Amino acid sequence: MIQTPHIDWFAISTILVLLGGSFVALLSAVLVPARWRRTVSSVVAATAATGGIVTSVWLYVDSASGHSVIGDAFYRDRWTALAQVILCATTLATVLVGSEQIREHEAEFFALLLASAAGMTFFVGAANLMTMFLSLEWFSIALYVMCAIEYDQEGSLEAGLKYLVVGSFGSAGLLFGSALVYGATNRIGFAEIAQAVGAHGLSGDLLLVLGLALIVAGLAFKSSSAPFHMWTPDVYQGAPTTVTAFMSSATKVAAFALMLRVLRTAFPQETHLWSWAFAGIAVASLVIGNFAALVQKDVKRLLAYSSISHAGFILIGVAAGTALGGRAVMFYLIPYSAMAFGSFAVVAARERELGTRVTLDNLAGFGWERPFLGVALWFFMFGFAGLPLGGGFVGKFYVFAAAYDHGWTWLVIVGVLATLVSLYYYLGVVRAIYMRPPAELALAGGSPPRDALLHVAVGAALVVSVGSLFAVSPIITLARHAAASLPF
Amino acid sequence: MSISSFTSVLIWLPVAGALAIWVLPLSRYATGSLAVLVSLAEVGIWIEQAARFDFGRTGLQFSQDTPWIKDLHVSYHVGEYGFSLWLVGLTVVAMAACIGYGFWVGRDRPRAYFGLMLLLTGATVGVFVAQDMLLFYAFFEAMLIPLYVLIGVWGGAARLGATVKFLIYTMAGSLVMLAAIVVYGLKVGTFDLVNAPTSPSRWIFLGFMLAFAIKAPLFPFHGWLPDAYREAPPEVTAVLSGVVAKAGTYGMLRIAITQFPDPSGYYRTLFLALGAAALVYGSLLAFRAPDFRGVVAYSSMAQSGLITIGLFSGTNLGFDGAVLQMVAHGLVSTSLFLVAGAVERRTTTGEFSLLGGMAKGRPALTTLLVTLGVISLAVPGSAAFAGEFLILAGAFQRHWWWAVIGASGVVLAAMYMLRLISAVLHQARGPVVSDGALDLRAGELALIVPLVAALLVLSAWPAGISSHAFAGDSPVDAVIGQFH
Repeated sequence: MIQTPHIDWFAISTILVLLGGSFVALLSAVLVPARWRRTVSSVVAATAATGGIVTSVWLYVDSASGHSVIGDAFYRDRWTALAQVILCATTLATVLVGSEQIREHEAEFFALLLASAAGMTFFVGAANLMTMFLSLEWFSIALYVMCAIEYDQEGSLEAGLKYLVVGSFGSAGLLFGSALVYGATNRIGFAEIAQAVGAHGLSGDLLLVLGLALIVAGLAFKSSSAPFHMWTPDVYQGAPTTVTAFMSSATKVAAFALMLRVLRTAFPQETHLWSWAFAGIAVASLVIGNFAALVQKDVKRLLAYSSISHAGFILIGVAAGTALGGRAVMFYLIPYSAMAFGSFAVVAARERELGTRVTLDNLAGFGWERPFLGVALWFFMFGFAGLPLGGGFVGKFYVFAAAYDHGWTWLVIVGVLATLVSLYYYLGVVRAIYMRPPAELALAGGSPPRDALLHVAVGAALVVSVGSLFAVSPIITLARHAAASLPF
Repeated sequence: MSISSFTSVLIWLPVAGALAIWVLPLSRYATGSLAVLVSLAEVGIWIEQAARFDFGRTGLQFSQDTPWIKDLHVSYHVGEYGFSLWLVGLTVVAMAACIGYGFWVGRDRPRAYFGLMLLLTGATVGVFVAQDMLLFYAFFEAMLIPLYVLIGVWGGAARLGATVKFLIYTMAGSLVMLAAIVVYGLKVGTFDLVNAPTSPSRWIFLGFMLAFAIKAPLFPFHGWLPDAYREAPPEVTAVLSGVVAKAGTYGMLRIAITQFPDPSGYYRTLFLALGAAALVYGSLLAFRAPDFRGVVAYSSMAQSGLITIGLFSGTNLGFDGAVLQMVAHGLVSTSLFLVAGAVERRTTTGEFSLLGGMAKGRPALTTLLVTLGVISLAVPGSAAFAGEFLILAGAFQRHWWWAVIGASGVVLAAMYMLRLISAVLHQARGPVVSDGALDLRAGELALIVPLVAALLVLSAWPAGISSHAFAGDSPVDAVIGQFH
């Protein structure tokens, strides 16, 4: 007779809401007549995402003392809940953009989107190696399909396949690493691993270190940090831009939230190893991301490399491995995900208007033609570059503070130099939209689409990114309570 | 509204004006009028503030302190000392004139243009009143954002290269400053400039000074200057050289010298030498420059060098003179660039080889340009003379040779200003100067004459600033005592 654990349904309510939404959206693909399908499925998806925000906010309020639930498989704490809030908000924004931008299979798209969001919200709360791997595959498989969903578009199928093949490497690394760690400690629970390592003096054990290295590599794949970033530019470029927007914001949030959790909970004894490893990965991401972005002409590729470089900045906070670093990572993710999502959404609007890939050349004059989207992109670019026009500035300040606090002034200097390099290509985008005379463009036909919901999503991203510059203290308080759930 | 919120109003009123301009669908005329109105309101608020300012009292006035990033002890702390009050005054007056100029010439895309000019006003005021290092940095950087677009969109033919150069140069300096701020602030546990203890660290000091030396600019960090000053629209160049460059020298006074007394003493000779180099080299370049704006641009660099000499002389006279000279030169170069703009509008160029003979039949232009020239070459009795004399007297107390180099700069100033006046106004009539080129119009006079009038007032009563910049009789004590 198998003992079933007690199930705290409330702890997984966000996941259930999203999964329920996914189920209904999938049914609507079959049952709802074609002309209503887009409306019904997008309303269902938006409702589910909003419901997810509500339950995760509620969980945040109600989980002051974090603990693991359901047979120690899942953490109910504020770190999980705050990451879930960001994930659900990103999902909602994706629904808004996708309801206008996705051309076909929209009901299936929303079903996959919600399924993947459910996987991510589970991933950030994973408490053992098994749930970690399962939820990683859960959201990854949904993402593979989403990348390829416009299979008649050039690049979409290729992007899906590439992501599948390379992503499987990452997953395999994570799984193999988990197996080695289990082999070394005989435990799968994060907290139990740390206990076993402490109790049996396993710190520095070859199997354990090898397993940790593979887990680090697997997570670096998912967070697209160099040198595990090779798939990122191609996949970001080829995937439908709505999906890219979702991936560049939500996947990063999920990967970094779990990364800090698993490292601090399961491997506190190996901190000296993984903080150096992540410092190295951070430097590699900053160097490769920024220098490769300098020569890009395709805006989606440019933003892809920019997302690699931002992974580097966030990893500075991870590498510090302190409570300040945890706060820095959580804070950084909020304006970052808003800016990343917003800038890809603006690109999506331009792409739809032109009916072709967006390059720096055909972005010319965009700022004057679509004033709101232009101003938004202006804010996002300067925010990415760390100028005080948004919370990106405070985020950078925080990760630098965490690195200095850890005693790594050299990492601060690397970050500062990387920011300087990044300025060149971010300014290049601003130059393209405002300072070049509009090229002779063949518009896709007729007046540009109105994209009302896209404007709403971009506006929300703008409010979050600018608001996080002014409302630093409240957000940091949230992040501090979240980081207090982790054992620092 | 309490008195102390005046400072915040000075920062955020133009920002609110910018937002209003961007959001409201106003006509071209209404947009410009609103911007001019906001900038005049700024001047009004500043006059009210100056009238209420207690120059005898040490310590911060009109101050406001609210936590911003609590757990790292960063706060929104703003307030004014005597010298910050004068620099804020310079900012609001110069910005009002430049916004008026933009309105008068009817810049394209008025909503974007005036919004950005107002944003620039708010950011620049913020630099001069911020009393928290991170806040100072935020405003220091925030100035770049509107400047980048203003030069890049409304500038001349080679504007794209100029903007990139300008931004990369200045950001290189300020990012090093950010690293210095992180290290300094976390080490002493607060980012507040008033409460933070002084630091003996030479590296942190140099990090700050690099940013200020690029902004000022000092030799050899002036590579961005000629392109940016030539390609920007004239009123933006006026702001750049008259106001924004003063953020560099202000930073030296407020942060580098005040918070780092030992390192600034240690590196005194280095920065006196850099100041002297900027003064002499800038003056020589100004003498060789082939166009109106080039002369004024390089003379700004020379003046930044002179102000640096005053500050790093570390003497009472030097400090007083530096503050007076910052304001006087700010007004002079703003007016000169606006006149340059007026000349370029009439002749399409500022090249001396094509200009000449404009004095004939254009009394207003001639009178203004000669007056400005006389003031800027520091004829005894002018505001610039008072400033330069105080600086040189202060430098003399440090060592006589600094005063000798400084004085040679003054001689060179006479050479390049007279060359400018003669090349524009006198000599044979240039090929691009037609009889139809009008004298300065009432609109232009209304913008430039108040600036010149302010200069004449300062000429008559330089002590208005020089003995009201620091509380007490000894600026050195005030600076070393950190203005507490």
